[in-house]
Amino acid sequence: MQLTASTLTAVPVVTAAGSDDPEATALPILPYLPELIFGLVAFGILYWVVAKYVVPNLEKAYAERTAAIEGGMQQAEKAQEEAEAALREYKAQLAEARDEAARIREEAKEQGASIIAEMREQAQAEANRITESATKQIEAERQQAVVSLRSDVGKLSTDLASKIVGESLEDQTRQSGIVDRFLAELEAGNVRPEVVGSPSDGSAGAEGQGN
Amino acid sequence: MSPTAAMLLPMAEDESHFPPDPSLFWQPLVKFGTVDLFGSEMTLAITRPMVILALTVGLLSWWLVATTRKAAIVPSKGQAGTEAVYNFVRNGIARDMIGSRDFLPFVPFLFTMFVLILFNNWMGIIPPVQMPTMGRIGFPIALTLLVYVVYHWIGVKKHGAIGYFKFMLPSGLPGWIKPAILALEMLTFFVTRPLTLALRLFGNMFAGHLLLVVFIIGGWELFLQGGLLSVVSLPAWIMAFAMTVFEALVQFLQAYVFVLLAASYIGGALVDEH
Repeated sequence: MQLTASTLTAVPVVTAAGSDDPEATALPILPYLPELIFGLVAFGILYWVVAKYVVPNLEKAYAERTAAIEGGMQQAEKAQEEAEAALREYKAQLAEARDEAARIREEAKEQGASIIAEMREQAQAEANRITESATKQIEAERQQAVVSLRSDVGKLSTDLASKIVGESLEDQTRQSGIVDRFLAELEAGNVRPEVVGSPSDGSAGAEGQGN
Repeated sequence: MSPTAAMLLPMAEDESHFPPDPSLFWQPLVKFGTVDLFGSEMTLAITRPMVILALTVGLLSWWLVATTRKAAIVPSKGQAGTEAVYNFVRNGIARDMIGSRDFLPFVPFLFTMFVLILFNNWMGIIPPVQMPTMGRIGFPIALTLLVYVVYHWIGVKKHGAIGYFKFMLPSGLPGWIKPAILALEMLTFFVTRPLTLALRLFGNMFAGHLLLVVFIIGGWELFLQGGLLSVVSLPAWIMAFAMTVFEALVQFLQAYVFVLLAASYIGGALVDEH
């Protein structure tokens, strides 16, 4: 309390001293010139400090921060571009491989078809050849059979005729001529298997048969 | 009475000096006598607000340089704190009001203005100082003078001396109204703006300080009365506490408004067309 009282009385000393001071009674709306000038100086000093040391450092830090962020973004962009390029390449390779596979398949299909066609042709040719040779063989055998049959028939006929007429037709030449003539007639259709000994021509024979 | 004691006891008042009057703000610490200034007597003195202002300039310089000397991409705690305030002025005030093209050269000016006013306003509630420097009109006038010079200077530099007055006139006005509008605009540019800028800051700090003194000293006076009146001092002090919190907000707001308007005047002088 003692302290408070002394301090309370201490302050009015100032105001009491200021009571005859023109500044104490001056209008508070009018500036005290030393304060105004001091304010200008104080601001000037702080401005100098701020403009020379504080703001440049902060702006530098800002610029560095922006650069760091942008740098990181650029790096990420680059990585993404690379990844995209790799993907594009991979896709291109895949498409190429697919194309090639399709091409190979197509080729194989074509080749298969041509092989089948060739084989078919070959088989056809073989078949034709076999058929032809068989036909030829048959023809040859037939010819042979005809020849052998002719000689057999001739001999049998001669034997039969000689037995029937009792006439020996030993002369080979004559025999051959007669048989040949007979056979030619037979082939020409002039001789009909008639009852032996009936003297008739073809037409008569036909009429007789028809009767 | 030593200067320190006066600083420690800003609210102390004699019983006969209640309620407080404007002489409360006249607190000379060292007197050098009087001089004659334009026919009127003026005391030469180092006043308490001057000391407070010097103190804030010193502390701010130290703090700002210390936290930004090694400004790094990843900020330290101190740098982050300074950056928060710096960003608020740089992006929230300067860039928004002046535009991202021209704002950067004005950032040091506006930032200095903001931290200086804010710290000095808060000196009105920070013990043991508890004296808002800006409650002495000399300081708001000094700062306003700087803003005034800056925005007229850049306006004239951009538009030319004659062009600056032409720029004040909005385009597309009928001829007969032009002189009246020019007079109004000149009143705004040369009188209203600086007057309101200085008086708004001064008035808020002056009145706020008086309000706090009323509740704090008034509570003390009631307490000294004894008896039932001593009990009433309690609500007075509660009120004083509430008012202190409220003042903190007002003091921040006034610093913000002052710098915001300064930036808007600068931005207005820099625009291409009205």
